[in-house]
Amino acid sequence: MITMNKVSKHYGSFQVLADCTTHVNKGEVVVVCGPSGSGKSTLIKCVNGLEPFQSGEITVNGVSVGDPQTNLSKLRAHVGMVFQNFELFPHMSIAQNLTIAQIKVLGRDKAEAEVKGMQLLDRVGLRAQALKYPGQLSGGQQQRVAIARALAMDPICMLFDEPTSALDPEMINEVLDVMTELAQEGMTMMCVTHEMGFAKRVAHRVVFMDHGRIVEDDHKDAFFANPSSERAQQFLAKILQH
Amino acid sequence: MGYSWNWGVFLQPSATGDDTYLGWMLYGFKMTIGLSLSAWLIALLLGALVGVLRTVPSKTLSGLAMAHVELFRNIPLLVQLFLWYFVLPELLPKDLGDAFKQSHPVVQQFISSMVCLGLFTSARVAEQVRSGINSLPPGQKNAALAIGFTLPQTYRFVLLPMAFRLVVPPLTSEFLNIFKNSAVCSTIGLLELAAQGRQLVDYTAQPYESFITVTLAYVLINVVVMFGMRWVEARVRIPGYIGGGH
Ligand SMILES: Nc1ncnc2c1ncn2[C@@H]1O[C@H](COP(=O)(O)OP(=O)(O)OP(=O)(O)O)[C@@H](O)[C@H]1O
Ligand SMILES: [Mg+2]
Repeated sequence: MITMNKVSKHYGSFQVLADCTTHVNKGEVVVVCGPSGSGKSTLIKCVNGLEPFQSGEITVNGVSVGDPQTNLSKLRAHVGMVFQNFELFPHMSIAQNLTIAQIKVLGRDKAEAEVKGMQLLDRVGLRAQALKYPGQLSGGQQQRVAIARALAMDPICMLFDEPTSALDPEMINEVLDVMTELAQEGMTMMCVTHEMGFAKRVAHRVVFMDHGRIVEDDHKDAFFANPSSERAQQFLAKILQH
Repeated sequence: MGYSWNWGVFLQPSATGDDTYLGWMLYGFKMTIGLSLSAWLIALLLGALVGVLRTVPSKTLSGLAMAHVELFRNIPLLVQLFLWYFVLPELLPKDLGDAFKQSHPVVQQFISSMVCLGLFTSARVAEQVRSGINSLPPGQKNAALAIGFTLPQTYRFVLLPMAFRLVVPPLTSEFLNIFKNSAVCSTIGLLELAAQGRQLVDYTAQPYESFITVTLAYVLINVVVMFGMRWVEARVRIPGYIGGGH
């Protein structure tokens, strides 16, 4: 579904990504982790072309992201993305947040989009909030809406960039539950997250990054049992203490 | 002080005989309003466009937009007015220039003033719009693009609706400025409010009545604009939304 081959990116002389090669198969859940500044967000934003990269190749469902001929908007419409800060559109009600792209991008009619939106709100347990505005919801609720908004586009895969790290601890689980359910239904997912419990339960593979490089790319059991690099061992030791 | 007040002066027939002095004042008032509103329309539309272009990825477009802002913001308003009124008609293609010069003097003055004030203010509006867009959280643009919006759709549905809410207060002061700046247009002979005030003094020697009235008229305009913009602000307020960018 997603392939990356020797992707490199730099800002001036600063190398953000160096020869990153990995893939996400259909129905697979891949967790990306690593220390702050290691390039995780940059990597995941390259997948849907939000960040340009200078060399290497990325394909999503067979379409090359870096190819100037590619219609990126069309590609992105079917690649869901969830951000650390939710990024709901604050001037629209929750219902409008869920329908606007269905209508303006996919060309669905309003009634159809509304039905779809309500189904998904139901699914994340927020049907009652449809007429509220994002500023009136808690962080955890906003993030669940953001997931529903992405799902409303019938994505072929989902990208998550630290979806729980801006949340108060008591709200983390409500978001992880939604993500877990999605994974169990067979959604293809690439998740940047430090939630190692989630990774252990749900992920198929774990990618570990450091200084713009993919240092480990393992089956999750292998990763947690004995990471091959020292850097990943240290990282795990630190993060599992908490 | 030997000043003799005479508010009745406004009801006297004017020197030219076809109107009262109150009529003169009203003419100036209407001229100020008509000029300022039409210039504001230009400033708002053009300023929004230029402000948006200043934030787009294309270096050519944002460069052009920056040139527009620097040009119209940094040349003194009075100089710009003279350029539009005296110089531009000479530079136009001959037919157009002649047509302009043969039109009624009031039309010439009005059009020059409107274009001048509109462009001058558009540069200032553009700066407000640009800073409004730039103060939105950067993730908003990414979220809009990520869901499949094209760049124009991203501006239309996500960035501009929020940016405009943020810039209503600074735009209010630009809107007020355009009324005040319109007084400059009396220098090319346009008989707007301030000019009519001065004329009245020349003809009636009642400066206090005249300028008190002119001042009150400007105050009235200010009050109406401020209430209007407050109303707009309240209309577009978003439930639960606190503050600008984070
Ligand atoms: N526009 C930019 N210009 C220069 N450097 C940048 C830019 N954006 C990101 N970087 C740098 O690139 C590196 C990778 O950033 P990135 O956000 O991908 O890291 P991350 O792994 O997601 O970190 P975090 O866990 O803090 O989110 C960082 O060192 C960052 O400072
Ligand atoms: Mg990050």
